[in-house]
Amino acid sequence: MSESLTIIVVEPDRARALEIVDALREAGNHRVHVLGDGASLARRVTELRPDLVLIDITSPSRDMLEELALASGPTERPVAMFVDRTDAGLTRAAIEAGVSAYVVNGLAADRIRPVLDAAIARFHLFSRMRSELAATRAALEERKVIDRAKGFIMRAKGIGEEEAYALMRRAAMDQGKRLPEVAQAIVMAAEVLK
Amino acid sequence: MTRALPVGYIPLVDAAPLIVAAEFGFAEEEGLVLELRRAASWSMLRDMLDFGQVAAAQMLSVVPVARALSLGGGAQPLEALMVMALNGQIFGLGPHLPALPFGDPLAAGQALAALNRPLRIGVPFPFSMQAELLAYWLERAAPRAEVQIRTVPPPRMAEALRAGEVDGFCVGEPWGSQAVEQAGARLVWPGSAIWCQAPEKVLATRAGWAEAEPERAGRLIRALWRATRWMADPANRVTLSAVLARRDHLDVGAELIDRALSHRLLIAPTGPEIVVPQFQTFHHGLANFPWRSQAGWIGARLAGRFGLPLPAALETARATFRSDLYRSHIAPLGVSLPRASDKAEGALTRDESLPGTHGPLTLARNQFFDGRIFDPAPAISPK
Repeated sequence: MSESLTIIVVEPDRARALEIVDALREAGNHRVHVLGDGASLARRVTELRPDLVLIDITSPSRDMLEELALASGPTERPVAMFVDRTDAGLTRAAIEAGVSAYVVNGLAADRIRPVLDAAIARFHLFSRMRSELAATRAALEERKVIDRAKGFIMRAKGIGEEEAYALMRRAAMDQGKRLPEVAQAIVMAAEVLK
Repeated sequence: MTRALPVGYIPLVDAAPLIVAAEFGFAEEEGLVLELRRAASWSMLRDMLDFGQVAAAQMLSVVPVARALSLGGGAQPLEALMVMALNGQIFGLGPHLPALPFGDPLAAGQALAALNRPLRIGVPFPFSMQAELLAYWLERAAPRAEVQIRTVPPPRMAEALRAGEVDGFCVGEPWGSQAVEQAGARLVWPGSAIWCQAPEKVLATRAGWAEAEPERAGRLIRALWRATRWMADPANRVTLSAVLARRDHLDVGAELIDRALSHRLLIAPTGPEIVVPQFQTFHHGLANFPWRSQAGWIGARLAGRFGLPLPAALETARATFRSDLYRSHIAPLGVSLPRASDKAEGALTRDESLPGTHGPLTLARNQFFDGRIFDPAPAISPK
């Protein structure tokens, strides 16, 4: 994967931060920002909209990522990846459980690259799945509303299905609105008149 | 035979039941050796539970419910076996703002709205009782106030206030009192002034663990019950403060911890010190019983904030507080338990006695600041 990523690294230890930055640069032409502590994490994530946040699994600032994920919505959330140095067991367990957390021991470039690729691939897959799911759901909802509106018109005017549909479509065209919007209005009116 | 059981906690006063059970022989009495693992953040502790690094953990009461409603991170469904602490939260503002009346949420809400400026308030986690009580209060006492909720790790709260990253906070002790000492904060209300029976921390496990390991789950629940009973004796308070203060636990001054445990709050750097009844409860009035209605309240609040259909959310939420397991594991102690597993939250203006399974028991005063009552019964389909 050759695309350039924006990456935030949260690492208080300067020497280690440099090591990580070097490894990331070797792995590709990425924009890397280092934060010495987590205090400005929320602000920087909003400003930079990173593709990745690299943070130690044991960092107290991790809880802020939770809030950011909530605020930005699931498809926009940056992938959090955890650089491990103290708790190998926890990180291994995290990988086995299939979450977006990876061991980066020693941080050699050849180890960073597959980690980045996997994280980005996973991110793209999730956002595609989510948008497809949302689109399918919306289409289904619209279908239901149109059917209900049609049923109401048929009963109210004593006409057939096709005629009711044509009536609704003409109304939509006349008013320059989408068919589902008109259907929604009819359903709402029907609820009130019930 | 004793068996090792890894359990996780965050350095807070309300981690005390686990620390006491491990340090004062209550676990041993049950044939358990508790291996205490300290975590640096709630996400990390939740990971440790998810991945089986710890069998059980002190957990924010809102987290198992949020997880069940698919809100926030985490991979595994969690459940609460018992309540470890009620209340203990503190809401306060920085010294750059005018002082608000203490302990009077309605007046404080009006005063807050009258400040007429946007405020950023730090909470420990997006899914926490701190965030819920704050939202409940703002909704009813200061609906027009412009408030942004920010996540700040509690040990950093004083620093965040000094650095101007937040204007105020709602946290658990000792971090609220520390913000008074180190950042000149002024306290506005204790969580108990919003709801005096708010479940703050639970003993959480992965869903299904307690049923797969009934013996160990039972031993753990009983050890913690005994630990909280010991903690409820005022004679043990000084010892408790000293142990919690130790470097390998909370690593803050014992005096600060003793203040929280004795329900005394220094509400500003220059005083006064105020005694807050029901500031934090570990045992009295069936505090450890995981009421389905407590989880129901949390579920209803989350449903409101995140736009989820209510009856389903309520039902899902209720199922995460396992009053059934608590009952069966506490039974060997022969203590009296309530006959129902739901109660009308907010309905008691003082402690009241009621008949239990083994004789009378005491239900503690249970009120919301606005006098509302949350009764999940009408919403629950009869079984």
